[in-house]
Amino acid sequence: MPLVKVDGVEVEVPAGATVLQACEIAGKEIPRFCYHERLSIAGNCRMCLVEVKPGPPKPQASCALPAADKQEIFTNTPMVKNAREGVMEFLLINHPLDCPICDQGGECDLQDQSLAYGRGHSRYDENKRAVTEKYMGPIVKTVMTRCIQCTRCIRFAEEVAGVEEIGAIGRGEDMQITSYLEGAVTSELSGNVVDLCPVGALTSKPYAFEARPWELKKTLTIDVMDAVGTNIRLDSRGRQVLRALPVINEDVNEEWASDKTRHAVDGLVRRRLDKPYVRKDGKLVPASWDEAFVKIAAVDFEGSVAAIHGDLVDCETMFAAKALVQACGGSLLEGRQTGMDYDTSSLAAVNFNTTIAGTENADVILLVGSNVRWEAPLVNTRIRKAIKKGAKVFAIGPETELTYKVEWLGDDLALLGSLPEAVTEAFGKAARPMVIVGGGALKGGQGASLALVETLGLIKDGWNGYNVLHFSAARNGGLMLGYAQTGGIADVVAAKPKLAFFLGADEVDFAAFADTFKVYIGHHGDKGAAAADVVLPGASYAEKSGTYVNLEGRVQRGERAVFPPGDAREDWTILRALSGVMGKTLPFDTLEELRADMALDQPLLAELGLAKLEWALPKLDAKAEGVLNGYPIKDFYLTNAICRASPTMQRCSSEIVHGQDYAEAAE
Amino acid sequence: MADAPKIPDEAETRARWGDFAWTEENARKAKEVLSRYPENRKQSASIPLLDLAQRQVGADTQTQGWLPVPVIEYVARQIEVPYMRVYEVATFYTMFNMAPVGKYHVQVCGTTPCLLGGSDDVMAACKNKGLSKGHTTPDGLFTLTEVECLGACANAPMVQINDDNFEDLDYDRTTAILEALAEGKAVTPGSQTGRRDSCAIGGPTNLKEMVDDNHDYRGEWAS
Repeated sequence: MPLVKVDGVEVEVPAGATVLQACEIAGKEIPRFCYHERLSIAGNCRMCLVEVKPGPPKPQASCALPAADKQEIFTNTPMVKNAREGVMEFLLINHPLDCPICDQGGECDLQDQSLAYGRGHSRYDENKRAVTEKYMGPIVKTVMTRCIQCTRCIRFAEEVAGVEEIGAIGRGEDMQITSYLEGAVTSELSGNVVDLCPVGALTSKPYAFEARPWELKKTLTIDVMDAVGTNIRLDSRGRQVLRALPVINEDVNEEWASDKTRHAVDGLVRRRLDKPYVRKDGKLVPASWDEAFVKIAAVDFEGSVAAIHGDLVDCETMFAAKALVQACGGSLLEGRQTGMDYDTSSLAAVNFNTTIAGTENADVILLVGSNVRWEAPLVNTRIRKAIKKGAKVFAIGPETELTYKVEWLGDDLALLGSLPEAVTEAFGKAARPMVIVGGGALKGGQGASLALVETLGLIKDGWNGYNVLHFSAARNGGLMLGYAQTGGIADVVAAKPKLAFFLGADEVDFAAFADTFKVYIGHHGDKGAAAADVVLPGASYAEKSGTYVNLEGRVQRGERAVFPPGDAREDWTILRALSGVMGKTLPFDTLEELRADMALDQPLLAELGLAKLEWALPKLDAKAEGVLNGYPIKDFYLTNAICRASPTMQRCSSEIVHGQDYAEAAE
Repeated sequence: MADAPKIPDEAETRARWGDFAWTEENARKAKEVLSRYPENRKQSASIPLLDLAQRQVGADTQTQGWLPVPVIEYVARQIEVPYMRVYEVATFYTMFNMAPVGKYHVQVCGTTPCLLGGSDDVMAACKNKGLSKGHTTPDGLFTLTEVECLGACANAPMVQINDDNFEDLDYDRTTAILEALAEGKAVTPGSQTGRRDSCAIGGPTNLKEMVDDNHDYRGEWAS
């Protein structure tokens, strides 16, 4: 542990730390552009210059200099001040003075740092260099004249996203950052380069010229586009969410977010249900809340009630619906809309037990029927990290590009019972082995994959290597609340319920519910609303405070950013009001009371943080059959009602997944 | 960047070069190049293979060759490196041409020693022969590029034509070389004044005793 002196203050820094990190430990701010904690060190912007003794009598780039014992570092000497002013002046030589029309304005590193460390005026009289715009796809807008060539975007694409399509061409003054042949970057994480860019060279295309950062209300919440539970900040103005940005949470998303998380928000103001609808003569017509409630209360259901939840709902909604179904004498609860019927007797057996952050430490990974890249892009980045540390990855399933080297074993689930010797040998030697079972394999392969716990030795001291990868944000919460029938949704269909509540459920085969009175409570006019007899307009994830459980069983809570449009209400209040009309008044009047009741019903939801699930293996038939001929997600960008309503996601889908050419609008 | 070469249309390039593959001889050379590097360090072969590819394109087109995008991709596939990484290399080095060049690629050095030695005259000679910066003459013979130091400063001014240096130039000598090339006559690379390598003009001025054999100067050192 080297002991260094920063501006006369002695600090002890971890071995291998850089001078820049030592300064941060000492509480000194070091300006930087190219250095980023999560990327490799480039050392090319020179903004982090400090004076170091012993050493050559000139400023040194602190980001690339290892801290050594008895080193003296100075961050406030005239030499350092001069160096920073000089570097800043050079950086600004070719940087345009277009801050008033730049989207980065107000949150620009270059702006802030030139204010803090710059000279305040320029001595440069010559013409500035100009660079042509580069096309990078539907997410990233480029104004390359503003680029200061920090190469963060290149390093991100290569190291984190694993898609080496961004690079620097040319040399010297003519160096330019571009995507390969100016094509769209085919990464589902490309939006992160916008956050990484310290200047306004890469900005968000859908958000271009929408707002200034200081006029936005910022609300912390949880993303529902996949089961990772990305911590996000919704920036809203008035009643509209304008953008979603990731918030740092080392256990979940680090500081990344997928493009779907970021850019599906423009779907929140399109195709919304903003008033109740009632089906009359086969057509849905607008109605008042009273009419709609009376219509539902008039159904003669005699205890034959069901509730089916969709992928995006919060625990509060599911709990309120469960309470109402039970008050009506029903017990049919299900959330696996597409017909999955895996065993849920042990929650730990359908959980991502290694945890997202723990994935980094795995040394052998077997993927079973999971396209991790699409089902949980931020778990995929963790797997990439594990590989960087030397992990080996095997996979069962149809071959697909996962951004890293995978040994494909085939797509027959029977392989689970007779793994090739190379796999068993690798697992035999592994200290932290991992099996990740995706939705594709849970049907038909659950028993066999659970048998691997024993045969491959997935449980070690302080390590549980058995993981199920869900991709629905509501899944783990729903399972905790008992939204699972033994035979899956088929059981619900077989019971022929008289009345069924569909909580934002759009992927259900509604034809099977032909004789059921269908009440759709949700926020988008998608398949669920089209099939319903009564539509009650609810709130999307941005419009309610909700509890979500992510794929590793982490209970997280988000806040409300904006109000639902028109007559739409928060879902639990709808269910509470409806219960009154039906004469089955639910025992909670506020969200706090509901949460207290929910905590009694499911103690795991009482506390935020990683839920402690008891590890127990259900006894299942270990025989596996069937061939995996595809993954559950067919189109990453169009997995739920919000995405399907989002023009940005539609464009991403047609351009990146279906390879359609888009002519750029002439500007 | 006004005189930067115009990169040809991608669709056209792909149609013409899409089925690029090594000739038998070059395939052997490529294999030899790859054998110099460890199996997991194939990326190191980027530059030699790009050079080989450019020469093959040159042989195909009777010019000095260039690197069409499909050819770069062919090389990238062979060394299992993302296209972007090889493309970066190809655009970085000025020796790789990103657009077609003529039979003779005339690179005039304009850096300080050559400039002081009279590279303006060399440039004027080229210009009067119909060459212009960044362009190929209509007969497809000459492409003119102004480059930075090519490391022959002692013999300034100089030009590099294809793989050879022509040194100690002036207006007339440059014109003579260009005319000879245009007529298909043989030219002698190196100094055009008959100077050997970069020996001092007019013979040695110091260390004269060293010319014929080894001489021990130590006794003559002022103490």
